[in-house]
Amino acid sequence: MKRIYVDEKHCLGCHLCEYNCAYANSGINNMVKALKDKTIYPRIRVEGDEKITYAVSCRHCTDPLCVKSCISGALSIENGTICIDHNKCVGCLTCILVCPYGAVTTGEGGVVQKCELCLKNASGAPACVAGCPNRAIIYEER
Amino acid sequence: MDVKKYVIIGNGTAAIGCIEGIRSVDATGKITVISSENRHVYCRPLISYLLEGKTDTEKMKYRPDDFYEKNDCNVLYGKRAISLNSEDKTVAMDDGETLCFDSLCVASGSSPFVPPMEGMDKVEKRFSFMTLDDALSLEKAITPDSRVLIIGAGLIGLKCAEGISGKVGSITVCDLAERVLSSILDNECAAVVQKHLEAHGITFMLGNSVSKFDDETAYMKNGEDIHFDILVTAVGVRPNIALIKEAGGACGRAITVSEKMKTSCDDIYAAGDCTESVDVSSGSVKVMALMPNAYMQGHCAGVNMAGGESVFDNAIPMNSIGFFGVHIMSAGSHTDDSEIYEETKDGSVKKLFMKDGMLTGFVLIGDVDKAGIYTDMIRSRKSISEIDFDMLKKKPSLYAFDEEYRGKILGGVG
Repeated sequence: MKRIYVDEKHCLGCHLCEYNCAYANSGINNMVKALKDKTIYPRIRVEGDEKITYAVSCRHCTDPLCVKSCISGALSIENGTICIDHNKCVGCLTCILVCPYGAVTTGEGGVVQKCELCLKNASGAPACVAGCPNRAIIYEER
Repeated sequence: MDVKKYVIIGNGTAAIGCIEGIRSVDATGKITVISSENRHVYCRPLISYLLEGKTDTEKMKYRPDDFYEKNDCNVLYGKRAISLNSEDKTVAMDDGETLCFDSLCVASGSSPFVPPMEGMDKVEKRFSFMTLDDALSLEKAITPDSRVLIIGAGLIGLKCAEGISGKVGSITVCDLAERVLSSILDNECAAVVQKHLEAHGITFMLGNSVSKFDDETAYMKNGEDIHFDILVTAVGVRPNIALIKEAGGACGRAITVSEKMKTSCDDIYAAGDCTESVDVSSGSVKVMALMPNAYMQGHCAGVNMAGGESVFDNAIPMNSIGFFGVHIMSAGSHTDDSEIYEETKDGSVKKLFMKDGMLTGFVLIGDVDKAGIYTDMIRSRKSISEIDFDMLKKKPSLYAFDEEYRGKILGGVG
């Protein structure tokens, strides 16, 4: 399965991935309207300091603790991608308690959100990868 | 080879884990599920969210409607197993039928425990808060004027309080313990949570218990009287171990299982709230009646029942729970001689517990972002000296780990 891989040696720490993620998942087809003057809740987040930076998003683990721990059945594996059914999620945050990478986050209003590889939004493929200026984030089969 | 016959007693989270575990190895074996509740699988902790209106009986189904069909399971609804014969490998049912098995999983869960209290039988509107049926009966009974008395300030009692808050006249919670959530929080953290709950209109009577009931009055040990219309008992639960115990299987407080989830009886496994196992954060045997553990134990049992190889050997107690928008997470354990790292701001608390060079437990109230990085430190028993722990204790992040670890996690290297 194709997954998102990150190489911290190439990451510039520009945070563009966060903006592209928030835009792709906003459901709005105008970047300015989607992002300007708004707090963004990206599903990929840049960590680090002035020396080292890298972006963290869901690893789509083959044996995902979040799915096994989800109390509502909202998290599931669909063709290898770990997806969240917002309709079923009750916001208990057990997934955040168990994700070893800190890759599951809360979005606006405290709802749980996570990377679904942009397979369900208009982008169709990871927007963070498409917009990364230095190929620090790549989407491929390994 | 003959088709293998699996029987699962129970239809909760552990049972679903077991079904998925079996099916990951054996696509054709015959699976029979004995479900005392007449319901498609749902997750019990969701019943408070149901009362709150955050979910409904459709959405709270733990797996899709076609789950049993897709996994080729025969579910016997409304039936109970009454005894096991580990030699003949049979389960006797309450309807007089007998089921034969090659491999059995006991996922019988736990039952509410109500200590005997004088006059309790006179209380007409008395509820437990364990099953969906309990929640639906309670929902039917409450009115905007109801005065509700909840006995038990643990996870179940407090989630019940939150669930009905705003739909009743008053809620009083009493507990023998001096603090709320006494099983997971210390005095200081409990006080923060109690204050938050009180701000949402819940009244507490702690360090106190009922000495006697009339129909609508609880006479408390400290001399006070509480008038109520509706009583909810949420004192605690007891693991359902009778089937295994009577069959001669080893039990402590709950069913004893190996790392493969096998009981002491041949071909009989157990998983979920009815079992006890080693908490790796403390090394002691505990009943860890938690959803994630139930699933993982069930899955592990299922794989082994079907002839695969699986161990579940890193269980720890852990909880993620929210009340009126404030989240509380706890994991692992600590002792009196644990080293403590502490941060407190108004309404927000972080406590990390360290021992023998490892993180063994934590409590977070408020900011719970990336808490799983701490949980993983506990479960994997990583040494603090291997990482930049001074940074990690302030903020959980992969940055505190070395480049090699990050490369493995994020870059798929190695």
